[in-house]
Amino acid sequence: MADEKKYKKPLPRIDEESKGFWEACRRHELYVQKCRACGAVRYYPRALCPACLSGDTEWVLSSGRGTVYTYTVTYQNQSAGFRDELPYVLAYVELAEGVRMLTNIVGCAPEDVKIGMPVEVTFDDVTAEITLPQFKPA
Amino acid sequence: MGFDRKVIIAGVYEHPTRWAPDKTMFQIHAESARGALEDAGLKITDVDAYFTSGVGPIGVLSMAEHLNLQPRYLDSTSIGGSSFVAHVTHAAAAIAAGLCEVALITYGSTASSERFAVGTGGAFAGDPPDHFEAAFGPTVLGSYALVAQRHMHEFGTTAEQLAEIAVTIRRHASLNPVAKFRDPITVDDVLASRIVSSPLHLLDCCIISDGGGAIVVTSAARARDIKKRPVYVLGGSEACCHTGMGKRDLTDMAAKQSAPRALAMAGVTHKDIGMCMIYDSFTITALETLENLGFCKKGEGGAFVQNGRIGLGGELPINTDGGGLSSNHPGMRGIFLVIEATKQLRGECGPRQVKDCAIALCHGTGGTLGLRHSGATLVLGRD
Repeated sequence: MADEKKYKKPLPRIDEESKGFWEACRRHELYVQKCRACGAVRYYPRALCPACLSGDTEWVLSSGRGTVYTYTVTYQNQSAGFRDELPYVLAYVELAEGVRMLTNIVGCAPEDVKIGMPVEVTFDDVTAEITLPQFKPA
Repeated sequence: MGFDRKVIIAGVYEHPTRWAPDKTMFQIHAESARGALEDAGLKITDVDAYFTSGVGPIGVLSMAEHLNLQPRYLDSTSIGGSSFVAHVTHAAAAIAAGLCEVALITYGSTASSERFAVGTGGAFAGDPPDHFEAAFGPTVLGSYALVAQRHMHEFGTTAEQLAEIAVTIRRHASLNPVAKFRDPITVDDVLASRIVSSPLHLLDCCIISDGGGAIVVTSAARARDIKKRPVYVLGGSEACCHTGMGKRDLTDMAAKQSAPRALAMAGVTHKDIGMCMIYDSFTITALETLENLGFCKKGEGGAFVQNGRIGLGGELPINTDGGGLSSNHPGMRGIFLVIEATKQLRGECGPRQVKDCAIALCHGTGGTLGLRHSGATLVLGRD
């Protein structure tokens, strides 16, 4: 685990709408939400289903598998933390559950990332509170 | 429906500065307001509606104080760089409804002299979606790069085609004496520039400058008081596009929704448009906007921008001022789209004048294309 005081990148805020997601990440599990009223799957997590405004929500354990929908190898980011880790890969991964999430691709050389590439989730415990879901080649 | 030629753009002013360490942002607003009111032949005391963005949460009040305005209509719509394009439509609607008569829209920024990292810093507003994005390092530039990569994958769009946009717009900048970068570039120059966030090269990206501008919108009934040839607000619409529920198609833009509405309101079709002013934060922005505005089919933008079509003398000249890619980009460029289109319709553009241009289309994109963005389309015309 990274030293919390040395971690310089932005950390997500855990709030009432998002805590189920981040608590699961701490357990190294990836969850998406599904509306019990209309069946719509959504990401990012939020209290009400935007499709029908129902608050009856089911947390669905994701397979953690997906494909790269798009990516960019970032060579310049002047923000604290990121500027020390260039280049890095920012990507949208399309999960098997049908939603696309912004994330990083890790575990391979940036030039080896391709659109359509199968990936699986991997978890980075960046602080005692926060674990980030990233993806690596499957 | 529509404004029925009852609302005109009476005055415009683009601040000539590109580097203003000796000025404040508020001063650039004020100097721009003075310029646009002089252009219209109106006085600051004629202004009864005020619009601005980029000045802080209730900065519209501070700006009103700075200009000692007593407006009866205030609008600080902040939807990113497109805000000022939307302001024109909002002003026209307010004027048409009789809520006000002389609307002043101002913009000013010292992004360059303050060394603000517009495109390569973090983009963290702290709202719910940001908490599922910022930790992964999406720069503004990176968000557009995600779109470019997907567009290339789906449609075979090439780096050379994107570069063609930067080359064409630089050529236009060479005809604009106040453009920041005026030396011609080639496709090879773009491809040889460093990759900032793949697949976008440095010369695929807009520049950073200081700058500002202002627009005066009023009723056609006041046209006789106006010094310049009236430019009519014919139609306008806006839209936004976000990650949806995690199902966004990155090749879709807000322009796809706003453009048909604005064109229908104006009662014109694509073939009537003589020139376009399109937000060119990056080359991919311009390419995808042309597709989503409906000037070509989705996926055909790469071929569309080649062979001189979007250059002066071509079928659809765009960004004749040199755009954000070469002339100026102080962070929110929308106001310059409307200023240049107005000058084109008046026939004031000298060596970069589009011949016989009677109707122009402006489209601003605000926010970040790959995360969430707004689109504001405006159709302007002359007699």
